[in-house]
Amino acid sequence: MYSNLIIDLMQIIMLTVTTVVVMLTVAVKRDHGLISGLTVFGLFASLLTFVFIKPVLPLEATQLLIIDEYSLFFSNLIIAGAIAVALLAYPYFEKDKEQNEEFYILLMTATLGAVVLACSNHFVAFLLGVEMLGVSLYAMIAYSVHMEKSAKFPLEAGIKYLILSALTGAVTLFGIALVYAYIGTMEFDAIPAALEAAGDLGPVFVIGVLMIVAGAAFKLSLVPFHIWTPDVYEGAPVPVTAYLATVSKAAMLAVTLRLLLASNALEFNVVIVVLTVMAAASMIFGNLLALLQDNVKRLFAYSSIAHMGYLLVMIIAASQIDGALSVEGVSFYMLAYFIMSLAGFAVISAISNSEKEYDQISDFRGLFWRNSWLSIVLITVLLSLAGIPLTAGFIGKFYIFTSGVEGGLWFLLTMLIIGSAIGLYYYLRLIYIMLQPAEDLANDPAANAIPLGVNVVLTAMTAGVIYLGVFPAPMIDTLQSLASAF
Amino acid sequence: MILVWLIVILFAGGIGALVAEKRSVELPRVIALATLLLDLFLVVLMLFAPATLGLDAGSQIDLGQTGEWLVLTSSEWIPQFGVSFIFGADGLGLLLIALTVFLGLMSLGSAWHEIKERTGFFYFNLLWTLAGVIGVFTALDLFLFFFFWEVMLIPMYFIIAIWGHENKEYAAMKFFIFTQVSGMLMLLSILVLAFFHYQSAGVFSFSYFDLLGTELPEGVGFWVMLGFFVAFATKLPAVPFHNWLPDAHSQAPTPGSVILAGILLKTGAYGLIRFTIPLFPEVSMAFAPTAMMIGVISILYTAKVAFSQNDLKRLIAYTSVSHMGFVLLGVYSWTAQGVQGAVMTMLAHGFSAAALFMLAGGLQHRIHTREMDKMGGLWGVAPKMGFMALFFTVAAVGMPGLGNFIGEFLVLLGTFRISSAAAALAAIGMVVAAVYSLIVIQKVFHGENKNNLAFEDLTGVEIFCFGLMMIGLLWMGLYPQSMLDMSEPTLRSMGVLFFQ
Repeated sequence: MYSNLIIDLMQIIMLTVTTVVVMLTVAVKRDHGLISGLTVFGLFASLLTFVFIKPVLPLEATQLLIIDEYSLFFSNLIIAGAIAVALLAYPYFEKDKEQNEEFYILLMTATLGAVVLACSNHFVAFLLGVEMLGVSLYAMIAYSVHMEKSAKFPLEAGIKYLILSALTGAVTLFGIALVYAYIGTMEFDAIPAALEAAGDLGPVFVIGVLMIVAGAAFKLSLVPFHIWTPDVYEGAPVPVTAYLATVSKAAMLAVTLRLLLASNALEFNVVIVVLTVMAAASMIFGNLLALLQDNVKRLFAYSSIAHMGYLLVMIIAASQIDGALSVEGVSFYMLAYFIMSLAGFAVISAISNSEKEYDQISDFRGLFWRNSWLSIVLITVLLSLAGIPLTAGFIGKFYIFTSGVEGGLWFLLTMLIIGSAIGLYYYLRLIYIMLQPAEDLANDPAANAIPLGVNVVLTAMTAGVIYLGVFPAPMIDTLQSLASAF
Repeated sequence: MILVWLIVILFAGGIGALVAEKRSVELPRVIALATLLLDLFLVVLMLFAPATLGLDAGSQIDLGQTGEWLVLTSSEWIPQFGVSFIFGADGLGLLLIALTVFLGLMSLGSAWHEIKERTGFFYFNLLWTLAGVIGVFTALDLFLFFFFWEVMLIPMYFIIAIWGHENKEYAAMKFFIFTQVSGMLMLLSILVLAFFHYQSAGVFSFSYFDLLGTELPEGVGFWVMLGFFVAFATKLPAVPFHNWLPDAHSQAPTPGSVILAGILLKTGAYGLIRFTIPLFPEVSMAFAPTAMMIGVISILYTAKVAFSQNDLKRLIAYTSVSHMGFVLLGVYSWTAQGVQGAVMTMLAHGFSAAALFMLAGGLQHRIHTREMDKMGGLWGVAPKMGFMALFFTVAAVGMPGLGNFIGEFLVLLGTFRISSAAAALAAIGMVVAAVYSLIVIQKVFHGENKNNLAFEDLTGVEIFCFGLMMIGLLWMGLYPQSMLDMSEPTLRSMGVLFFQ
């Protein structure tokens, strides 16, 4: 029994061990290369443990956590994302010779929180994960504040995230309290039975669920909880922005989807209406506001709002169709979005460092002729975000359309088409700017050699976008098997 | 497999051209030429000696198809969605593939001296667009079809956005957004169709042959059909979705205009014939009067607009819309003559419009303007160019003996049996065509050479290209039966009305 439990929790244990080892090593010897190397190694080791975990699935590891194929998929995704962020962070922070080793400790604790979140099957684990991820992120966002010459306004971004995150955290907690007060359980999959036993509840249970959804919507930056997104994306160091856009969102999405499906919350009309409004507003406003940006990080921020809106369409469709298709689609889209975002931020990261970030759209003028590799990556990412065939984004969009059609969500599909049409404009504009003739820059950041770690991320992610777009069948198989549990 | 090879060769040639640029600026165009000639060789074999490729009747795989398919290839792609690689070519497809490869060579000819910058990437885009078009003409899985529909879009965007003229950003963006948004409507329609097929048959499939005859609930069919129609009418283009075309054509570099006018527009017409009507026969027939009205409006309205243009390329662009109005009219008459005429018009217009854009592009390359006010009396400067312009203008107007006449005449004949009013109105369009076409000759080549323009006459490469296209148009005009025979079995299998 306990040996199984250890295997089950192996990933989390490995992450914890790595965190402690990294922390102790920092105390003994400060060396940026060593610490980042240790972090990547530890993350890699915990990623590989899935080989041992897979045969014993699924198993409930204590009441709090559930390890099944679904959570394992998201955990792997999160850890892979953390590896990529660590690879981006090393060259980014290497330029200034200050003390940057703590960044990796924060990265580890955040990742640990994210994995716990993805595996949680209980409100306690949910809160534990959210807070561990959130608190680490406050510090990571504001991390470059100690530097003499820092690229952005990290403190502003950090404080913004802290205050809003704390506020929504409190709302979520209140929501959990309401749910618990009325049905007396905190386990996700015990909710339906408890609901039935509790009989007529009045609106309180639904209000509780909606408050929890609001907390999730904040992390996923869905309209109207999106206000923080552009400022924090812009103010945070690029690797942290990449982390926020991918790991933090994937973890929150994983748990939200599980909660909504396991608790049958989608059977309540009010929940569907609220989610529909959020999805439509996110798709429209996200895309519209992205039109006005001249900073690529802010552009990605608004585009991420829109993409989370697209994702929500599939979640809403789960109320009408087989939940498995919805889980499959959401997982695929999240995977695709994860890869695209990482590749996109890796491009910005390749030409930036902690002293100067080249993230204005004008910085990308003529990139195609200055450094064609970087621009090909970014063009691929943008086309994929726009949902053009041959890329992962297209298969993702295909899933959204399929589940939307099956669920008969015509209103949301209309919004989706309008939103995507607007989206095309700003993606194309960025592509066009990159194709412009290059100006002679005295100090072209794109002319420098790209650090090895960044190049690994760029190559892997671009290959991923294309591979998933051309040969999606193997991944779909995997996702279908993990979704069959729902 | 031969169809897959046609596409793979183009994809590979594109990559070859891209790589070759590092060696020399000239090498990419040689690679592009070799690639296209290889494709042309295969197409010629398919047309005239299919047996040498092992394409006999009886070598067909069974996909539940109707009609006479010369080639069919099938293999799995995404089995979970019922998506497979199904390529097929029948007479109609073969004609259009031949047109594509031939005009690909023509556009290469027009690029030969014009494109001097970033040649590798240019020929890469050129060949990939052509690969996408051949994919569109051969894909018989709707998912695959949509895939190629988009594949031909992006390289074309690059061609306009990088090598285009003064207002290229606007034009490229407009082109992309129009096509992509209408494409998304089509994707939605495809999915709805596949979903209802799934409900009745129990399996997901995007195969054309499986989806034919899918029963759609009352009311749904019309909207699904409309999704397809809007996508194809945008590409065709038909009023009111034609707005992108004048910008895209006038801003694109000459080879881009040639491909756009000669080939890309035909994908819209092909889509209507192959997909919209056969997939939704009943609602399409109910919709036919509206579609024919759109066709007539396209013919007359854009003919008038063309007349008032001063920009030579814009003028030719509008005339394209007008001629495509005939195609729309002929297709929706759904009579043998009408659809045959539409196919002939597609082929003949491909030649004549491509030639006219090459002439306009050649002029712009030499005198750096497209404004007809600044031209005049150019016959004296460049008599060969004047002759070619006259020939292809007269062809476009519909001179008997040349391909366009056969096409438009058949369209009118077919339409007349369905709606004499539409035929009569469309016939007015042919009269107006003479007006707007001849004014080009008058303004550009006759009159006084006010600005004392002087430049080199047509080069050998250009004369060779124009000569080939002249032969093509004459062949279509004098021996149209050779082409009508090819497309006839296709049309019969689709249930086009044949009168005895």
